[in-house]
Amino acid sequence: MSTRLARGGRLIDRNHPLDFTFNGKRMRGFAGDTLAAALLANDQMLVGRSFKYHRPRGIVAAGAEEPNALVQLGTGGRSEPNQRTTTTELFAGLSAASQNHWPSLEFDVGAVNAAASRFLPAGFYYKTFLQPRLAWKHLFEPVIRRSAGLGRPPEEPDADRYEQAYAFCDLLVVGGGIAGLQAALSASASGQMVMLLEQTPHWGGRAPVDDVLIEGRPAADWVAATVASLEAAPNVTLRTRCMAAGVHDHGYVLAEERVADHTPGDGRPKKRLWRIRAGKVVTATGAIERPLPFAGNDIPGVMLASAVRDYLVNWAVSPGDRVVIVTNNDDAYRTAIAVHRAGLTVPAVLDARAEADGALPEEVRSLGIPVLTNRAVAKIKGGKRVTGVAVCAQAGEGAVLDEFACDAVAMSGGWSPVVHLWSHCGGKLIWDEAQSAFRPDPARPPITHDGSAMVAAAGSANGELLSADVLADAIRAVGGEGPAPRAQSPEEAPTEPVWIMPQGATPALRSKMWLDYQNDVKVSDVQLAAREGYESVEHTKRYTTLGMATDQGKLSNINGLAVLAGSLNAPIPAVGTTTFRPPYTPVTFGALVGEARGEIFQPLRRTPMHDWHEAHGAYWEPVGLWRRPYCYSRPGESHGDAVAREVTNARTKLGLLDASTLGKILVKGPDAGRFLDMIYTNVMSSLPVGRCRYGLMCNENGFLMDDGVVVRLSEDSWLCHTTSGGADRIHAHMEDWLQCEWWDWQVYTANLTEQFAQVAIVGPNARKLLEKLGGMDVSKEALPFMHWADGTIAGVPARVFRISFSGELSYEVAVPAGQGLAFWQACLEAGTEFGVLPYGTEALHVMRAEKGFIMIGDETDGTVIPQDLNLGWAISKKKADFIGKRGMERTFLASPDRWKLVGLETLDGSVLPDGAIAPAPGSNANGQRNTQGRVTSTYWSPTLKKGIAMGLVHRGPERMGEVIEFPKIWGGVVQARIVDPVFYDKAGEKQDV
Amino acid sequence: MSEAVSALGNASFEGFATIRELGPVGMITLRAKHDLPALPKALKTVLTAELPERRRIISAGEVRVGWMSPDELLILLPYAEVADRVVALTEALGTAHALVADVSDARCLFAIEGEKAAQVLMKLCPVDMAALERGELRRTRAAQVPAAFWAEEGGLRLVAFRSVAAYVMGILTHSARPGSELFPA
Repeated sequence: MSTRLARGGRLIDRNHPLDFTFNGKRMRGFAGDTLAAALLANDQMLVGRSFKYHRPRGIVAAGAEEPNALVQLGTGGRSEPNQRTTTTELFAGLSAASQNHWPSLEFDVGAVNAAASRFLPAGFYYKTFLQPRLAWKHLFEPVIRRSAGLGRPPEEPDADRYEQAYAFCDLLVVGGGIAGLQAALSASASGQMVMLLEQTPHWGGRAPVDDVLIEGRPAADWVAATVASLEAAPNVTLRTRCMAAGVHDHGYVLAEERVADHTPGDGRPKKRLWRIRAGKVVTATGAIERPLPFAGNDIPGVMLASAVRDYLVNWAVSPGDRVVIVTNNDDAYRTAIAVHRAGLTVPAVLDARAEADGALPEEVRSLGIPVLTNRAVAKIKGGKRVTGVAVCAQAGEGAVLDEFACDAVAMSGGWSPVVHLWSHCGGKLIWDEAQSAFRPDPARPPITHDGSAMVAAAGSANGELLSADVLADAIRAVGGEGPAPRAQSPEEAPTEPVWIMPQGATPALRSKMWLDYQNDVKVSDVQLAAREGYESVEHTKRYTTLGMATDQGKLSNINGLAVLAGSLNAPIPAVGTTTFRPPYTPVTFGALVGEARGEIFQPLRRTPMHDWHEAHGAYWEPVGLWRRPYCYSRPGESHGDAVAREVTNARTKLGLLDASTLGKILVKGPDAGRFLDMIYTNVMSSLPVGRCRYGLMCNENGFLMDDGVVVRLSEDSWLCHTTSGGADRIHAHMEDWLQCEWWDWQVYTANLTEQFAQVAIVGPNARKLLEKLGGMDVSKEALPFMHWADGTIAGVPARVFRISFSGELSYEVAVPAGQGLAFWQACLEAGTEFGVLPYGTEALHVMRAEKGFIMIGDETDGTVIPQDLNLGWAISKKKADFIGKRGMERTFLASPDRWKLVGLETLDGSVLPDGAIAPAPGSNANGQRNTQGRVTSTYWSPTLKKGIAMGLVHRGPERMGEVIEFPKIWGGVVQARIVDPVFYDKAGEKQDV
Repeated sequence: MSEAVSALGNASFEGFATIRELGPVGMITLRAKHDLPALPKALKTVLTAELPERRRIISAGEVRVGWMSPDELLILLPYAEVADRVVALTEALGTAHALVADVSDARCLFAIEGEKAAQVLMKLCPVDMAALERGELRRTRAAQVPAAFWAEEGGLRLVAFRSVAAYVMGILTHSARPGSELFPA
C-alpha cells in the first residue's frame, strides 16, 4: 500500500485538506500536493492503462517526465485529456478520471491485447498496410482505433480564457533549481535584465530533497535567501509555474505559464503564453533519471528512485512499507536513506556494479540495509501491483538466485541531462562515457545572428551532477565572477551503463522489459527493428513508436537508442539521438490561441452603420474582414424573397446601399497621372477634374485583379475606388511600385477607406431624396452622369458621385464616417415618402448582373484578362506601357480561341447552377470530358422574372443564339442560349436621367 | 448639422487599468519628405509645432505631431480645427510635393490609464514596454490589427483604424480584466 506518513512533507500544508475525486471515488489530499502525490497518499497506484497492450500503469515519476499517470481532468467546459498528475497541483473539488480503459480501470478487456502481443510486434501498424489489402479498412483500422488512444477531447467549449504576453530580457534563465538561481544571481550583479522561469510552483529543484548543504546549511535556506535577493533586484523577473517550451531562432523563447490551472474559475486566465525575446538563454533545466530495463519494470509500484525520495520528502507519501532499490549508480542510495529515515524498510539494494563502496553505499550499509552488488532484477512479481522481486546476477541470463517480498521498487539507471532547449536550435551533444549520458557540447552551441552562442547550459543540464560543480558551472555559464557558494554533497562513484538487466536476458525476459511505457515499446521491439534492418535511430523511432507518446520519450529515448546501438554493435554516439523539438512538455491550444476567441477571434471590420444593419434584420455576408448585409429579411420572409423585394424596390422607387466598405485611395503628386496610367489599363491622366471614369487594374501577367471608379479631384490628385476586399491589397500594390520601382516619381498615396461612410442612393426617386435633404444642386445639368461634386447635404459635408452600379439613376454620397449613421438615418427618414428601402449585397449583385457588369471574384479568378470579359474598350491602345500590357500580349492570351464572357438565358427560365461547367463533345488526352464554358454569375432576376446568368464560353461572343447544355446538380441538364450579357436597359437610359 | 461621433461613443472599461475610447479627435496625415524646406515652417506657422525626430511624437498644446515614416507625419488636434488646418497646411506647403488629408474619421483613439497601463499592451504588442521612452511613438500591432501608441500623462494613447475599434476595445478589455495583472502586487 502507498500511504501518507504521519510526519514530514516539506511542500504540503496539513492544515488545508482538499477533497477531490478519482474515477468518482472521493479522496483527500493537502494543499501543496500534486495530484500524483495525493493519489499515492490514497493508495491509488494504478492510474491508467498503456496505449497498445492496456497494461496496468502506475505512477513512475514525480515531475514533467511522467509517462503513465495521465488523466482526464475536470468535466464539461473544463475537461482536459492527458493531464500529467505529477505536474497537476491539487485543488479543492478537482475531479480526475483514468484514461484508455474499458470497461473499467481495474478490469480492462483491452488487456487481451497483451496476451496477443506476439501479433502486435514493432511496426505492426505499418505491417497492417501490406496485405491483404482489404484487411486494413475492415479489420485493422477499426480495431486499432478502438483499442488505442488516450484521453477524450472535450465536448464543450472551453470555459476558461487565455492570453499571451511579450517579454524582453538580456538573459533568460530556464529552471529555478540551484543552478538557475545561481546563474540569475550572478548575471543580475552585472546589471543585465534577467528573467528566470521555473516550471513548478517551487524554487530550488532537487537540492532540498537530496540533502545538499550550501554554505554549511540546508539547501532550502540558501534557496530562500537567493530568491529573496533576486526578488529585491529591480532587473530580475521571476516566474514560477512557467515552462519554457521551446527555444527558437534569434533568442525567441515560448513559455507557458499556468496562471489559474490550480484555481479554476477565479476569473484569471487559465494559461498565459509568454513570447520572450532573450539576448542569451541559459538552460538550467536539470537532469532526468533513467529507468532500468528489467522484466516487469512497468508493473505499478516500480518507480524512479528519485521519485520515491520526492514523494517521501516533499509530500510525506510512502510508496509502500518495503522498498527494494535497484541501481547502477551511487545516487540511488539516497533513496535507501530516505526510505529508512521515514521509518520504512529497504529489504535490499541491488547494485548492478561489481563494487559499491562510495560514501553513500557505505552509509546505507551502516544503516543495516543489505547491499548486494553484481545483482539485478530477474523479474518483478505482481500484476496490478508489485509484490516482490526475483533477483539474479547482472552478468547472467536471469536465473533466480533469491527473492524479496516488497511493495515498491525504486530504480535508477543513471541521469540524463535535460538537453531539449539546448538542442532546439541546433546545439550539439557529446557522449559522456563516465556518466553514460549525452551532454551539451560547449564547442557547438546553438548560435545566433552574430555567430555567438545563443544558449549556454548550466548545472545538471550541462552534465554536472554534484552540487558544488553545479553552482560553479552556473557562474561559468553566465560569465560571472567570484567563487561559488560552498556546497557539500558526498562524492559519487561512476555510473555503470546498464541497458539490459540482466545483460544476458532471455528473449522471454526482454519482451517484458519496457522502454517506452506509454507507447508500449519494449527492448524486444527495438531489437526486432534492428533485425529487420532499421539502423537509423529516427527510422527506428517511427517504426517502433519509441518516444513518440505525449511524454516524447523523456524516460525512454536514451535507453532505447542504447539498446539499438547494442543490437547494431555500434557505439552509442554513432547511433545518436532523435531530434529534440519544441514543446518540452505539451502546450495547450488555448495558450497558443491566446485571446483570439469569440468576439475577438478575428478583427471584424464594421462600417459606421453596422449596428443599424444588425438591428434591422441584416443577414450578414463576410467580405474580407467586413460584414455586409446580404439582405434585410422581414419576419417570415426568406432571403430570396427579401432580395427580390429589395431589387424591385430599388428599380421602381428608391434603394439605399451601405457602400462604405469600398476602397478609397487618394493619389496625389506631380507624377500621379503618369502613375495611374501605369496602374490602370486605361488612361486616367486625361480625366478632367470633376469627372469619374471606370478603370481596370491588371497584375504583371495581364490578369484582371481589381476594378473601380477613378475620380479626378484636382489638377494633381485622384481618388481611386477599389473593391471592398481589395482596398488594402491595392494600396499595398501601389506603394510597392512606388517604393521599389518608381521611387523617383513624385506621388503620395493615402488609404482613406475608413474616413468616409458612403451611401449609394439608387432608383428613380434618388434625385428627389437628395433634393429634399437639400444643400446641393444634383440636377442632371449641374451634376451629369459620371460627374462628382463637393457640397453639403442635410447639413453634412458630402462628396457626391453620379455613378451607377445598378443601372438606375444613382448617386454615391461620401460623408465623414463620424456622421455616416446620422446621414443614413436622415436618408431613410426623408425617403419614406419616396418608398425608400435599404438593400444588401445580393440585390447589388442581381442588379449589376442584370446590367451585365462584371464582379471581381465572380467573373475573374486570376486567369481572366480584361479582353475575355469584352472589356477591350478599357485597354488603352495609345499608352506605351501599363502594368500587365506585356503579359496580356502573350500568344495564348491574345488568341481569339479563349473562353469569353456572354450572357446565358435558360430556355425554361430556370436559374443555372452556380459554377456549372458546360461539356463539349469528346474527351481530352486524360480521358476526361471536354468542356466549353462555365457559369460565373447566376441569379433569379425579379426584374425580368427569369433566371439570368453570365458565363465564360469558348469563343462565346461569336456564338450568339447557340444553345448549350449545363448539367444540374441532382442530375439532368438545363439548356441555355448564349445571349448578350446585358439583360436590362442596354442603352443605359435609366442611369442617365 | 449632425454632431460627429467617435466609433464607440466613448465606451470605457475599468479593469486593472482604465480603458477609454476618446474622440472624435482630429487627425491629419501629412506625407512629405521630412527634409522638405517648407515643412518645418508650415508646422510652425500652422500648428506652432516642431518637426519630430525619427520615431518621436512631440506636443504643442493640444496638438501632437508624430513621426510615422520617413515621409509621413500624423497630426492630432481638436476635431473642429481640422478643416481649417488642412487648408492652411496645404497652402503653407505651396507647390512642394506633399499630401495633406483629413483622417480624423478613419481612426479611433484609446486611452489606457493607470499605473499598470503598460501591462495591458504587453499582452497585445510585441514591444519592450520597459524601453518605451517618453515622447516615443511606437508603430506596431495590437493582437491582429495595426496600431500606434505613445505615453501621455497618466498612461498610454493608442491609435487604430476606425472599422476595428470594437475589436481593439475587445482586446484591451480582455487584457485589462481585474486579477490578470502580469505583475500582481
